[in-house]
Amino acid sequence: MLLDALTLQLGYNATLVAIGAALLGTAAGITGTFLFLRKRALVSDAVSHATLPGVCIAFLLMALAGGDGRNLAGLLLGSAVSAGIGLWCMNWLTRNTRLAEDAAIGAVLSVFFGFGIVLLTVIQTLGVGRQAGLEGFLLGSTAGMLYSDALVIAAGGAVTLLLVLLTRRPMTLVAFDPEYAAARGLPVDRIDLLMMGLVMAVTVVGLKIVGLILIVALLIIPAVTARFWSERSDRVVLLAGLFGGIAAYIGAALSASAPNLPTGPIIVLVSFALFALSLLLAPNRGVLAAMLRHMRFQRRVHLRQGLLALAQGQAIYESLTLRLLRRAGLLRADGVATAKGRARAAKALRDERRWEVVRGDVTQEAAAALYDGLRDIETVLTVDQIQEIDRRIDGPREVLS
Amino acid sequence: MSGEEFVPLSLTPMLIGVFAAVACALPGNFLLLRRQALIGDAISHVVLPGIVVAFLLTGMIAAWPMMLGAAGAALVAVVLIEAIRRLGRIEPGAAMGVVFTTMFAFGVLLLEQSDTSAVHLDVEHALYGNLESLIWLDATGWRSLLDPQALRYLPVELPRMALTLAGVCLFIALFWRALKISTFDEGFARTMGIRTNLLGLGLVITAAVAAVAAFDAVGSIIVIAMFICPAASARMMTNRLEAQIGWSVGFAVLAAVLGYVLAGYGPLWLGGQDAVSTAGMIATVSGGVLAVTAKCGPCRSRAGAPAGV
Repeated sequence: MLLDALTLQLGYNATLVAIGAALLGTAAGITGTFLFLRKRALVSDAVSHATLPGVCIAFLLMALAGGDGRNLAGLLLGSAVSAGIGLWCMNWLTRNTRLAEDAAIGAVLSVFFGFGIVLLTVIQTLGVGRQAGLEGFLLGSTAGMLYSDALVIAAGGAVTLLLVLLTRRPMTLVAFDPEYAAARGLPVDRIDLLMMGLVMAVTVVGLKIVGLILIVALLIIPAVTARFWSERSDRVVLLAGLFGGIAAYIGAALSASAPNLPTGPIIVLVSFALFALSLLLAPNRGVLAAMLRHMRFQRRVHLRQGLLALAQGQAIYESLTLRLLRRAGLLRADGVATAKGRARAAKALRDERRWEVVRGDVTQEAAAALYDGLRDIETVLTVDQIQEIDRRIDGPREVLS
Repeated sequence: MSGEEFVPLSLTPMLIGVFAAVACALPGNFLLLRRQALIGDAISHVVLPGIVVAFLLTGMIAAWPMMLGAAGAALVAVVLIEAIRRLGRIEPGAAMGVVFTTMFAFGVLLLEQSDTSAVHLDVEHALYGNLESLIWLDATGWRSLLDPQALRYLPVELPRMALTLAGVCLFIALFWRALKISTFDEGFARTMGIRTNLLGLGLVITAAVAAVAAFDAVGSIIVIAMFICPAASARMMTNRLEAQIGWSVGFAVLAAVLGYVLAGYGPLWLGGQDAVSTAGMIATVSGGVLAVTAKCGPCRSRAGAPAGV
């Protein structure tokens, strides 16, 4: 059943939803990355909640004008207008008053959403038009998606992607270093506005599929996920689009494959699963990689300290150190150093001496700063320099054992 | 309006609204100053899965399991946000966005999967509550306030909300000095021996308790609005914390009462028949208050910042 859904064999509506969701997820992932890199991820929360009054007003106007009231393009236009007003209010609050951005986000979010709910109850009591399904914009509803709806979503997604493609360089620059961008003569305000406009477009387009409460997830989670896999902004953007698209596609297919699986929440949960996997398994920034790095470091410290203890004839009691030394064939089971162990120990001690000389020499300050007790001296100094040091200390000494 | 009509139908919802608003506005002041204003937003989203899980475990709509479930979910969310922030080295805003959307999605999924159609538990209810329905039918007039027989049938939300408000007040009064110092200068607070981490967690937990209790009665919209709007409006009025808290309580009460009246009677004045959502209207009024203070509050601009920057 799931396989059928993934290969688009589950009927017209499911196919429509899956393709639309994948497009939306890609657009949202790519747009959200710039927002995330600009450290303004939660602005999208305010934008998405601010769409509700616009949806309601557009519905009321269309219904009162004698129309159906549920024309998707009309509703999306209304939501875009009110999201724009919300965005403007938020910017005005942060610029002209002492409020920080998070407070402005929260204020716009709650007030616009509250007002939208007042309007929703007005619509319910007026009983105009066929209002059933308007609540679907809260959490998304894909059951009755029409071909024209899918076209609106696809067109919106495509325009968003095109705009991002055209403006990716200035947006990246502003996201990383707004002051520098301003010094280069870029219109930072207008680029920020464009970024917000793109977020608004994605939000509006996504209302039908995931709903206004959860669209935030599509903007934030793929970007955060992609950040784990790369340190280069262009790759992060591409990966975020990929993750967003995959999560949305799989989510839409999953929700079509069984009853009672709402599309929006499933897409969000699939994105989170990708995020959790990345958090654990990503090569450099992942938790597992960090743990391995830590263990490797721990082993090196223990081995080094063990060798130094051997060289100085001190007894070793620490069990991990003993185990590491034995496994490396440096120590016999009865705690006596092997020939190889004695050689390595002597070398470790001599390196320590060499470092002492280096650190005592003012002219070698740059090299001495690299000393951390683990670094091999050969990686810092040339052979000539080491020989020079060796002349000052009297050669390798035999280890007594 | 006569007491016979006002006391049973309007007094209790209004009082519950006022208590909920003030209980959220008080910790909101500190959260706003600490730039943690969106904690309220996050908590009000994650409460949903907590409530659904509590319902699935106990199989009934009862106050205490739900409060516990909601509080547990809030705690899980705080821990998750912190864990993701540290393990993944992600900025706090994005970590918050990841956690609360996921938990909310999980809550919606659970709701859809479980058979809750028979009971009054749905997303809409969670969002805008049912303040209008918390009426006190046993009251006959102002004298019922002294009648123990009628008082027994007071909606349980009223004493619970009052208790929550008292708890919030107690927390702030007990830790007033430490809270004030650590809010404005965390480093200094630490040198004075104040455990700022614990205090910050305590503040978040207090906010969560207020949010959960208010959520049960009035829905999450009021919770988010009341955490931020009254405190933000008060911030425009004064530079002193004591005065700011006073103003914020005043604004919260104003928003709750005016919002209730407008929602209940506004449509009648305009010729309609039915009331509109009280929770939504309270949030709207608080936004109106914020707009007015942001436009003409005496301390609205950043101190020392040139105009327009």
